[in-house]
Amino acid sequence: MAQDLIGLTPSRRALLKGAGAGLLTAGFVAPVWAQAAPVKLGFQLHRTGIGAAYGRWYERTAQAALKVVNEAGGINGRPVEIVFEDDGTDPKRGAEVVEKLTSQHKCDLIFGPLFSHVVIGSAPRAGELKVPYLVCSEGFHVAGGMLNRWSMQPGITDVRAQVSSMAPWVLANLGKKVTMVFPDYAFGHDHRDYFTAAVEAGGGQVVAQIAVPPTETSFTRYLPQIPNDTEVLYHVMVGPAVLTFVKELGEFYGTGAKPEIFGFIDSLEAVDMASPGLEFLEGSHFWEGHCRVKQADASEHEIAYRAAVGVDDNGASVSDAKDVSTYAHMFSVWETLHIIKAGMEASGYQGIADRQKFVEAVEAMTEMPESLAHVQGNKVFNGKTHQVFGHQFISKVEGGKLIKVHTTSIEESLYPDAVDYTTQSF
Amino acid sequence: MSFGPFLLLAVLEGTVMAAVLALTAVGLSLVFGVMRVVNVAHGEFYMLGAVLAWFITYYLPFPPALAWLAALIIAPLIVAMIAALADTLVLKRLNYDPEATIVATIGLLYMLQQAALTFYGSDARPVVAPFQWRIQLPWFGYSGYKLFVVLAAVVILAAVWLFMTRTKVGLVMRATQVDRDTAQAFGINVDRVYAGTFALGGALAAAAAVLIVPIQQAHYLMGHDPLLLSFIVVIIGGLGSIRGTLVAALVIGLSDGVISMFFSPTLAKIIATLLVALVLVFRPQGLFGARA
Repeated sequence: MAQDLIGLTPSRRALLKGAGAGLLTAGFVAPVWAQAAPVKLGFQLHRTGIGAAYGRWYERTAQAALKVVNEAGGINGRPVEIVFEDDGTDPKRGAEVVEKLTSQHKCDLIFGPLFSHVVIGSAPRAGELKVPYLVCSEGFHVAGGMLNRWSMQPGITDVRAQVSSMAPWVLANLGKKVTMVFPDYAFGHDHRDYFTAAVEAGGGQVVAQIAVPPTETSFTRYLPQIPNDTEVLYHVMVGPAVLTFVKELGEFYGTGAKPEIFGFIDSLEAVDMASPGLEFLEGSHFWEGHCRVKQADASEHEIAYRAAVGVDDNGASVSDAKDVSTYAHMFSVWETLHIIKAGMEASGYQGIADRQKFVEAVEAMTEMPESLAHVQGNKVFNGKTHQVFGHQFISKVEGGKLIKVHTTSIEESLYPDAVDYTTQSF
Repeated sequence: MSFGPFLLLAVLEGTVMAAVLALTAVGLSLVFGVMRVVNVAHGEFYMLGAVLAWFITYYLPFPPALAWLAALIIAPLIVAMIAALADTLVLKRLNYDPEATIVATIGLLYMLQQAALTFYGSDARPVVAPFQWRIQLPWFGYSGYKLFVVLAAVVILAAVWLFMTRTKVGLVMRATQVDRDTAQAFGINVDRVYAGTFALGGALAAAAAVLIVPIQQAHYLMGHDPLLLSFIVVIIGGLGSIRGTLVAALVIGLSDGVISMFFSPTLAKIIATLLVALVLVFRPQGLFGARA
């Protein structure tokens, strides 16, 4: 026993050696490590599955934004890196990706998912792991109170705000009797609920609501449900078959009488407007979160952003004119990364122990003026509902190109708070 | 829309579906009939046909009609070769053991699907239709190409039927179907018959996909639905019976068209699946199948 103790007692020499090594580590190695340690951001990416077209462009946008941020000195003087992880646009896999990015890759936070069913499936895990989860999903589930203190949507306006700000224009310019065609899941239900409410508030009437499963591949069978007295056909569709949907709509109406058509560009994101069978869209209108075709009044920031991501004036990749972008949505990735930078710098973020301070710093944000960080335009962030509000654009198809005809104001898109996340505990 | 035109549109849609379904399911039925192999990877042969059609039409510098026609010939040929290779390399080595081949074709399903994801990507890509002709009826417009699909499917199916009943190769295949051992004793090269049957099954699925791909788009996950529906059709019609498969495809296609238009597509699927359950309980050999 006594011998053991003696054996464990360090000798003077060993102590000195140890202290010397400690000094070396503390005084020399550690500062170098601290300077070089990058901020590690996890990106939950829809690389495969029904959201793949968005995923491809979200990744490109994230890479472009990352380059800009790193060239400007990174975040808090530290370089930034992004770990991309594919979730297959699958809610179950989404939760696993959140877990993997947090526990295995030790990411400081997670951002980037779009599809609402994936976000709703993944956000609870982010809340349990207490990791900031910044979504780019448009859904009302953030501001509606379905998620948690750790989940926020600072990069893109939600569907409720989008549709309620545009409904007055649709009623005034296109018609009062509206038939809606929408995908039958959370994102589509937001459209159904809040556009219908906005139409009724504006003195119009939704005469039919046609729900289509997002994995559907054939649409003609749904179209006879459109009532004959429809004045405006409101369509929003997602998934790999969107082109089929719009083409079959064109075949169905053919050269006969047809209602005014107002679509969400989601129905044609990543699709070439010049595709055969889309000629009937000439003169119809689209919502765009960000104008795909470079407009005459494009700001210098928007032009710089377009060039940085590698998108040409028609909204396609500069290297392949047939590779059309998801331009109306992908700005949210760019803006979210810049908000992450602003939030981390405002909170003096050092490491994962400061995650709560980061969330509080983002919650404190309000005005977001148009700049290279906010290329889509001015925005206002509501810290209580974790939701940002911005301008929306209505474009008309003229000569096969989307030309902006109306911009909504931010005030039109506001609605009473449905939740106050700041009262929830971390 | 009033009842008459509504029904007309439903029947048109149902007929298109029945035609494509018949083509896909006949391949599955042939493979089961002759080889007693339940080919779970059949839907992936369909998907491969569509994906290859995209590659062919994209890279061949022909006008759309010619490029598509080239795809209709080349894509099924390539898929047939892949299928024959799969038969020789995998199924033959398992001695066509029923359980083992099911597991093997499940493996094949994932390999083909992941290969498509790797080399083709995760996007849905359109193939331009060979012609853009639309029929304008007083109540609605309809794609002329869809009607052409029905016609083409009927022609291909008639060719398959003639091949099976009027040619020597067809006779050899039927002989192998009736009794493999006796066929072998009479000098028939059963290995080659099996490889050929599997190739033909794959080619038919691919041909169906080339027909459908200008309407839908080529996507690496598109093989799932046709596989499910083909199984439904083949089970109702009787595994191995081509006549039964054709009748069942017509019934399922038309009922799906009509029910999904008047009620909902989900209800159509529920009824089709229920029909399968009823057939399995009360007439397990299928409507036209011979008793095992």
